[in-house]
Amino acid sequence: MEITSPTFKANARAALADPQLQQALGHIRTGFIEKRAAAVAELPEFERLREQGRAIKNHTLENLDLYLEAYEEKVLEEGGVVHWAETADDARAIVLDICRSVGALSVTKGKTMISEEIGLNEYLAENGIAPVETDLGEYIIQIRDEAPSHIIAPAVHLTREQVEADFRRLHTHLPPERDLSDAGKLLGEARQVLRQRFLEADVGITGANFLVAETGTSIIVTNEGNGDLTQTLPKVHIVLASIEKVVPTLEDASQILRLLARSATGQDMSVYTTFSTGPRRRDDPDGPGEYHVVILDNGRSGMLGTEFQDMLRCIRCAACMNHCPVYQEIGGHAYGWVYPGPMGAVLTPQLIGIDKAANLPNASTFCGRCEAVCPMKIPLPNMMRHWREREFERHLQPTTYRTGLGLWAFFARRPRLYQFVTGIAMRILGNMGARKGRFRRLPFASGWTKYRDMPAPAGATFQEMWAARKRNAA
Amino acid sequence: MSTRDAILGKIRRSLGVHAEDSARNAAVDGRLLQHAPGVIPARGQVSPDAKLVLFTRLVEKTGATTIRVPSTTAVPDAVAEYLRGRNLPAKVRMGDDALLEALPWQHTQIEREKGPSDGHDPVGLSHAFGAVAESGTLVLVSGNANPTTLNFLPETHIVVLLRDDLAGDYEMIWKKLRAEYGRAMPRTVNMITGPSRSADIEQTIVRGAHGPRNLHIIIVD
Repeated sequence: MEITSPTFKANARAALADPQLQQALGHIRTGFIEKRAAAVAELPEFERLREQGRAIKNHTLENLDLYLEAYEEKVLEEGGVVHWAETADDARAIVLDICRSVGALSVTKGKTMISEEIGLNEYLAENGIAPVETDLGEYIIQIRDEAPSHIIAPAVHLTREQVEADFRRLHTHLPPERDLSDAGKLLGEARQVLRQRFLEADVGITGANFLVAETGTSIIVTNEGNGDLTQTLPKVHIVLASIEKVVPTLEDASQILRLLARSATGQDMSVYTTFSTGPRRRDDPDGPGEYHVVILDNGRSGMLGTEFQDMLRCIRCAACMNHCPVYQEIGGHAYGWVYPGPMGAVLTPQLIGIDKAANLPNASTFCGRCEAVCPMKIPLPNMMRHWREREFERHLQPTTYRTGLGLWAFFARRPRLYQFVTGIAMRILGNMGARKGRFRRLPFASGWTKYRDMPAPAGATFQEMWAARKRNAA
Repeated sequence: MSTRDAILGKIRRSLGVHAEDSARNAAVDGRLLQHAPGVIPARGQVSPDAKLVLFTRLVEKTGATTIRVPSTTAVPDAVAEYLRGRNLPAKVRMGDDALLEALPWQHTQIEREKGPSDGHDPVGLSHAFGAVAESGTLVLVSGNANPTTLNFLPETHIVVLLRDDLAGDYEMIWKKLRAEYGRAMPRTVNMITGPSRSADIEQTIVRGAHGPRNLHIIIVD
């Protein structure tokens, strides 16, 4: 997919000016934030489970090579096939090969972010295989030829009216006068249209929320049941997973499952949590004849041992973006690639390069809500700061910004000079703004004062006031 | 070098570790055998009666319906009554499950078809491997006894749960599964918490997405 992260600022402005988007984003508060808060409040053990989740993932990441080997061994033992992909290109080629080996014409897909990351749909279509998204949100954005704007609610940027218009445009075999006036009727129509696709598909592709090393099992978590139809009905099931999805045991997976649905949708448990191990057994009356797992690296191994390792604990619940004041205002598309919000601001620079994604870790006020709600306790603001440092080290900011920062650093490293100069500046500004107490316009700061007033300084610096206070006390 | 070895090599270089490190290998092997339970929510660690109350409350919150019957012999009548009440045809599809097979179906007019669903069955009938009180979750396993397609294709799914199979937490289910299946998992373990739903349009929760619209649980004392 096209990367528009470099034009983040323009994207964000356009998003703020889009009334339909603003209306749609209003549903995030009631849809996600309140439900999560209620579910968490009902489970006194939630905080201890967060500690557990963090410890489990940290332990697994420290031994990731060994757990991946153990996982692979079990998958093979159960009759599955494991494919390793270093890059997005590798992963796409592997999936296409598997599809061609069974002469596939159409593939159904459960929701998988890895598929978005590697641009799978476009590639399959170019090669004559029709990919059919079956998650309602993914289906909607597929027929609109859009990217997901949220990692668990891909169509959260759309209103019901927009979806109705798309269904009328696309489902022309249905009577035009039909009633599609509520979400239930739209869902019913999608169910009817997609049911046939499920039964026709030759290959089903899903993601994985977890891979279990102990048993060689892949786990998917859904509410619609589309993931299960995707992986149960076709001859072949392909699981797309990245290297950090592995956990040691079923018990470890259970600890984190207790965090996942509560953090994501405020459910105690998603409707369908499905554990899949290998292909159909000899006495199985249904299930896929072939079971393939594609394990993708795509730059993640380079995060291990660095200040970004903690990001690999992420379980893709989306709590960080739901609670992000920036995401809430601009939605996911403005971020310009697959992963939006705070988790995207940390992950995207690693996957597409800081030169293209430098805007994302800067699109944060460091308010810290993302870290506060992250079930895996990932220090997201801290990692965004690390990306800003790398951006600076690589001279990626504009000259004026760097010069300004350099000038500030010159004074900051010379405390006496700094105090002298700021003392003068505060007195001047304090006098100038004394009457109104604020500035509506300031030279060189129009970008800032365009949206708010600058409070006038009190006439002295903090250090001067502190010194005066100490003198008075003595 | 294979892609596999290249990826594992990169991971080891980044972590600064070696494949042969015996302490790491021992720690990982031990961890895989231990099944350390971690934090288990207290809400499920209660008496059998309280567990049943909790399970029923949580599962009904999801939009599923439940009914309690005194013994397995009462199950066919409970199925017939549910179908009548919903104006559904007296016909179910089920697997080879020994418990369901042995029930006195002859008293009812219910037509029973066997084997996996092809998408044309209005009602599927399954026997749960177990259930978890802490989240109101049913656990079903794949196989001839209870084909997986029955859990997803029919619009109505009726599940028979024996009260003794209701666990407080997921960890008890894993224990039971290992006891019955050894080291190998069944092909599919389905944890089901309510009828299928979607909230993808304006965050409005709508029941009946791609899976069943109706989930009815018959709990046998």
